[in-house]
Amino acid sequence: MSGVILAIETSCDDTCAAVVDHEGRILSNVISSQSIHDRYGGVVPEIAARHHLELVDVAVEDALAQADVGLEDVSLVGVTQGPGLVGALLIGLSEAKAIAAARDLPLAPVDHLQGHVAANFLAPDPFEPPFVCLIASGGHTLIAHVTGRDAFRVLGSTLDDAAGEAFDKGARMLGLGYPGGPALQRLAEGGDPDAHRFPTADGVAGLDFSFAGVKTALLYALRDRPDSDRADLAASYQHAIVEQLAVRTERALRETGLERLAVGGGVAANGPLRARLTGIGVETHIPPHALCTDNAAMIASAARYATPLLPAAYLGLDAYASGERGL
Amino acid sequence: MGTDPEAVDGEPPVVATAGPEETEALGAALARELEPGAVVLLSGDVGSGKTTFVRGAVRALGHDGRVTSPTFTLVNRYEGGRVAVSHLDLYRLGDAGLDGEDPSLLTDELTGERIVFVEWPPAADVEHLGPIAARVVLSHAGGDRREIEVIRG
Repeated sequence: MSGVILAIETSCDDTCAAVVDHEGRILSNVISSQSIHDRYGGVVPEIAARHHLELVDVAVEDALAQADVGLEDVSLVGVTQGPGLVGALLIGLSEAKAIAAARDLPLAPVDHLQGHVAANFLAPDPFEPPFVCLIASGGHTLIAHVTGRDAFRVLGSTLDDAAGEAFDKGARMLGLGYPGGPALQRLAEGGDPDAHRFPTADGVAGLDFSFAGVKTALLYALRDRPDSDRADLAASYQHAIVEQLAVRTERALRETGLERLAVGGGVAANGPLRARLTGIGVETHIPPHALCTDNAAMIASAARYATPLLPAAYLGLDAYASGERGL
Repeated sequence: MGTDPEAVDGEPPVVATAGPEETEALGAALARELEPGAVVLLSGDVGSGKTTFVRGAVRALGHDGRVTSPTFTLVNRYEGGRVAVSHLDLYRLGDAGLDGEDPSLLTDELTGERIVFVEWPPAADVEHLGPIAARVVLSHAGGDRREIEVIRG
């Protein structure tokens, strides 16, 4: 197919736009962080619609310019339809509809989680299904059986908190600020992961996850044993999160009989998790960090395999919120 | 579940729960009193059971499926039950909360047709969230035990 795919992703904090060709090569991948620094030094999501509105045009223009293409070169528009924050999703969806309808182009609505899976199909190093895919981020934790480039089946997901949320809340409890996943990993480097036995949700059957228990265990340890070495606490806490993710992943590989594993979501950047997963001994694919966190190139990748809609079918298309379809 | 023996008529009782199931049951009991447009504020330390309480309420309002933490997404929505529910979590807004903010991305949730649960509510100016039907204050009491106070109105 000639032309390029323009994709937009606005499901949460960031405004993302990307241009990808029909062979899966990334021509540009723009991420404008919505987060603002509050006066207390934390990173705070922007909840004023006007900021998202201002940034979406800029992100699309930058993505086209960096790819050295114009709107006339676009043959398909991809956009995240959900799950996410509805007010933010609608800004990206409206932009995508307007661009597509003005040029009578097809539009492919994409599920955000399908996008994380499809990050693995991008050139120059596409990973072919079938494989098991672990997605762990601030907002999602799930394990899926990816059966084809356009399909996956959720084998298990979190019953309460996401793994990235557990990292970030643990970091704040340890006085490292929020979000603090990377800071927690740095503190943990000097600590003993076996100093404390934090829960790994062994009581949760099957392939579901639970991170509420480990969070509370850290709180109690800080309160009841205030003299504990903080690096030991960080290392033990991180170890419990990593083990829970890895044990479920091993179980999913066993149950599906697959020997291929892909990882996505921001938590894929965690060093001990990467080491633990690559140590399982199956063929493991972890996309570059910029393709693991929220981005629009992965949405373009998913759009390549989605059934595109014609204007009459997409003009009335609505977004769907987090929780609305079960995840 | 045990009622605080110190509670007297007119004072909101503090209820002790022995585990997440009992916390969910308290949420379910409150949910049965709520009308569309009602806003419930939940405060308490990390891991004190706010999402667990909301899970019980959401289930009682006729929604199946997972009820997970909205910390990162800011809002989770549950449609199609007896009443639509929005579950907000303002933790990531930090100490500034909604102070001086234009929260226009959240106004879709505050339509008066939904029941709204708000974790980590702002300290002040909560009135513009809607009529506050109840404030729920949760605290750790060791292990899986929690103390929960439901203050109506």
